[in-house]
Amino acid sequence: METLEQIRGRLLARFPAAKVEMVLNPGVAAEHSLLLEAASGREIALFLRDDPALQLDYCSNATGVDWPAKETVETVKTTVPDPAGGPPKVTEEKIKRVTPGCLEAVYHLYSMALKHGPVVIRLRTANRSDQVMLPSLTPVWRSCDFQEREIYDLFGIVFEGHPDLRRLLMWDEFKDHPMRKDYVDPDDYEWEPTAHAQVLERAKAHFPAAPAAPKPEAPQS
Amino acid sequence: MSNPVPTSAPASGPAPQITDAEREELRRHGVLITYFEELYNWGRSNSIWPLQFGLACCAIEMIAAATARFDIARFGAEIFRPSPRQADLMIVSGTVTKKMAPQVVRLWNQMPEPKYCIAMGACAISGGPFKQGYNVLKGVDRFIPVDIYIPGCPPRPEALLNGLVELQKKIKAERLTGPGAAEFTQADQPSEFPIPEFGAHDLVPPKNDSVWTPPSPPRKA
Repeated sequence: METLEQIRGRLLARFPAAKVEMVLNPGVAAEHSLLLEAASGREIALFLRDDPALQLDYCSNATGVDWPAKETVETVKTTVPDPAGGPPKVTEEKIKRVTPGCLEAVYHLYSMALKHGPVVIRLRTANRSDQVMLPSLTPVWRSCDFQEREIYDLFGIVFEGHPDLRRLLMWDEFKDHPMRKDYVDPDDYEWEPTAHAQVLERAKAHFPAAPAAPKPEAPQS
Repeated sequence: MSNPVPTSAPASGPAPQITDAEREELRRHGVLITYFEELYNWGRSNSIWPLQFGLACCAIEMIAAATARFDIARFGAEIFRPSPRQADLMIVSGTVTKKMAPQVVRLWNQMPEPKYCIAMGACAISGGPFKQGYNVLKGVDRFIPVDIYIPGCPPRPEALLNGLVELQKKIKAERLTGPGAAEFTQADQPSEFPIPEFGAHDLVPPKNDSVWTPPSPPRKA
């Protein structure tokens, strides 16, 4: 199979208007991926499936990633030479940068015909709140159907063009998206016999109020 | 001549006119003395028909208990009924997800009195390894009254049989009349329980306060 770089080069030649970025994986697996734009995602997916050299006819896995907004603080040092000839003056400036959050759908593609893969493609939404649309790839790969429904359920990405976009795991009336990093689960921590760490913090809110005169109570056997 | 009727009267039962030793002596001579309550409970406890449904891996152990090796038929509970209308016993065998909980309560409501419930395995008792998840009910006893708890993950078939024998003991000790009569004989005792609804964030209500209140052992705040 071609390398991901070569695939990217061919995609850019075939779709000059599209933006295709390499997302490098710094780990030992070095499983790099291609970040596509939502606008051209469907066309490129069709190309990957139908291209005779690739024939990525099988989407084995589709999953979601939540990227919350990240704030980074950068320290910039500027050195101003002293006109009087003394030591140069160093001023430090802290710049706050906010990387906007997004939701991401990741697809792992294989070729059954040519027995190669995976090629990993990613699609990102504009933000995490109101613009959470992505093109559905279910019309391209039938196996994405339930997996996109699961992503919709747990992450809240709305797949446009999906034939049957309903919640897969949670009930229809459920409003949250449990796999998002800012999800807070229901507060049913009334009884935690072996509470520790975060669970202990949640359970403490349910502890009975301390009696006025504390007396040692025999543990129930 | 075999005598299947247990020879010891319940401690709180109507005062027998003869002692157990005398009854045993008579039995050896082929005279069987019993009273209606004992006979009635003997019949009930040896033909407990469980409801045929399983929720997770504990159900596999429940099925194994019905096979020839463990043979739940030895205890008269081999007739798994596919309809709650014909069942005496609900074996909650496995994880009760919040999406499944209303259906479990509905099945319980559809069972005729007298009915009994066994919570089989860690999940049905407390949520088990999924206790801190957002989608698992932390114990089926939050919605329906449980008679027997069988710990284990999953419990072996012998443990289920032991639980069944314990339930038989409980049934045999039940009174039919008088001040300490069993709950199912009292018309004012609840037989049906409110079915929780699917809410936007959790089940509504998240637990039935009349059935379950958190235990409050002494603990440090």
